[in-house]
Amino acid sequence: MSRTIRVHDPRGFPPEVIGKQLAPRLENLEGKTIYLVDCLFDNSDVFVDQLRQWFGEHLPGTDVRMVRARESWVDDPDLRARIEADGDGAILGVGL
Amino acid sequence: MALETAGVPTVAVHAHVFARLARSVATANGMPTTRQAFVPQPVVGRTAAELRAYIEGTDPINRCAFIESVIGGLTRPLDGQDLAGLSYTRSTPRLLEADTEDNLHRRFSENRWTDFAPVVLPTEARVAAMLAGTRHAADEVVGRLRPTAYREFWEFTVEKVAVNAVMAGASPAYLPVILAMAASGVSGRSSSTTSQATVALVNGPIRDEIGMNYGIGALGPYSHANATIGRAYGLLSQNLQGGSVPQETYMGSQGNFLSYNATFAENEQASPWEPFHVQHGFKPEDSTVSLFLGGWYTVFGGGPRETWEQKFTRSLQACDPYTGPIIALDPLVARGFVDRGFETKQQLIDWCVEHARLPAREYWDNQWIQTLHHPRALAGVEPYASMLKAAPDELIRMFRPEDIHIVVVGGETGAMWKMIGGGPRLTIVSIDKWR
Repeated sequence: MSRTIRVHDPRGFPPEVIGKQLAPRLENLEGKTIYLVDCLFDNSDVFVDQLRQWFGEHLPGTDVRMVRARESWVDDPDLRARIEADGDGAILGVGL
Repeated sequence: MALETAGVPTVAVHAHVFARLARSVATANGMPTTRQAFVPQPVVGRTAAELRAYIEGTDPINRCAFIESVIGGLTRPLDGQDLAGLSYTRSTPRLLEADTEDNLHRRFSENRWTDFAPVVLPTEARVAAMLAGTRHAADEVVGRLRPTAYREFWEFTVEKVAVNAVMAGASPAYLPVILAMAASGVSGRSSSTTSQATVALVNGPIRDEIGMNYGIGALGPYSHANATIGRAYGLLSQNLQGGSVPQETYMGSQGNFLSYNATFAENEQASPWEPFHVQHGFKPEDSTVSLFLGGWYTVFGGGPRETWEQKFTRSLQACDPYTGPIIALDPLVARGFVDRGFETKQQLIDWCVEHARLPAREYWDNQWIQTLHHPRALAGVEPYASMLKAAPDELIRMFRPEDIHIVVVGGETGAMWKMIGGGPRLTIVSIDKWR
């Protein structure tokens, strides 16, 4: 039988994960304000604008507001506050 | 996820190749059922009509109409899992269960705790010997690392860094350098789709104390210290930050040879100019490690010869405009520039800034300039706001002075130089603090 040895675990210490609830969902999008957030990745503005147009053609009763994050990969507290204040929902895109 | 927590139902749209990563990040943030919709890759370079077809097409991950993923994500009622979230703790023990050396090597490889070359198993005795390389306590927290800005930080101690240093084959004398790299907060295993590597430059007396090579072959495999310090930095980065696993914690499309090792020292003795760390406010007797998150490209040349200005201009134009170069000059080249009137590194940097120019159209068409600098230009941040006003054919500067770095390295067997992608972020850390 081969000799056994003990060695160190090379991994760091992960943080504890605290579960978070999703927000309550909407019954439908009629009359609701939905923010379409351009996350600023290359060409995502074109994608988000096409999505805005799709909503205009197919769900005209939804108030779709296209906005841009301040910078890529950087939290934008002002934009979040604005969405939280008068948005019923948000669509973020496109993650590349 | 912050919007969800604030009560705003949200759907995140991703390109389909990021599906595993997106799920992994959601789980690590305690919200594994985050509503996500997917479009085919690529989005970059696609026309409005093609992107409209994505919107009217199928979500390749959720296997339903894309628009159903979006609208359903906002309206589909929550179930028990959505309401519960997911709380959990992950433990990483100090020691693994005893096993044979063969089985442990297999386990390290299968768990992706290695770079797939053989490692030295971190026995208690070897780690204890490594810890003699620093006066810091084994249980002292060194810092935190993560593979990218949207992942969670993992924390680690001096002992954990020593474990990875052992695995890389490093000597205890190298540990202060390796600890400084770990403490920098800069990962050597960035997850970026651009396949970033981290280039590390050591300055100061420690270079000679531990036998680092800054002469012949300094950028190659010709020094135990250079080789194992660089390897240790890679291993500790992936293991202490929570992994570097393709599709989960690593998304570099092509990968990067420099991820194996890009650690070297400056040839301060043969340089006609002040050392890199002194340029940045340290004393000559300080020992530092400078970390450049980049390493995407290398351009090569010799000289300076009669046509050096044309060669340098073309080489600078070939560099990525988002990523200023580290210009690594053999001492022969550095002295050649002194002979041409460049009495300081800064004078040569200023020349490069002035001559590295692109048509504005080409500059702004760069993917990362578009993604990262264009929003700053729109927000009025200089110099980008002024650069955005340039006519399409106007030649504009590619770099600011702080984007270009000059380092002297090499053994004077040839008057050679390289321009190596340096990256937009420079972090300089004291090694002396970790002795």
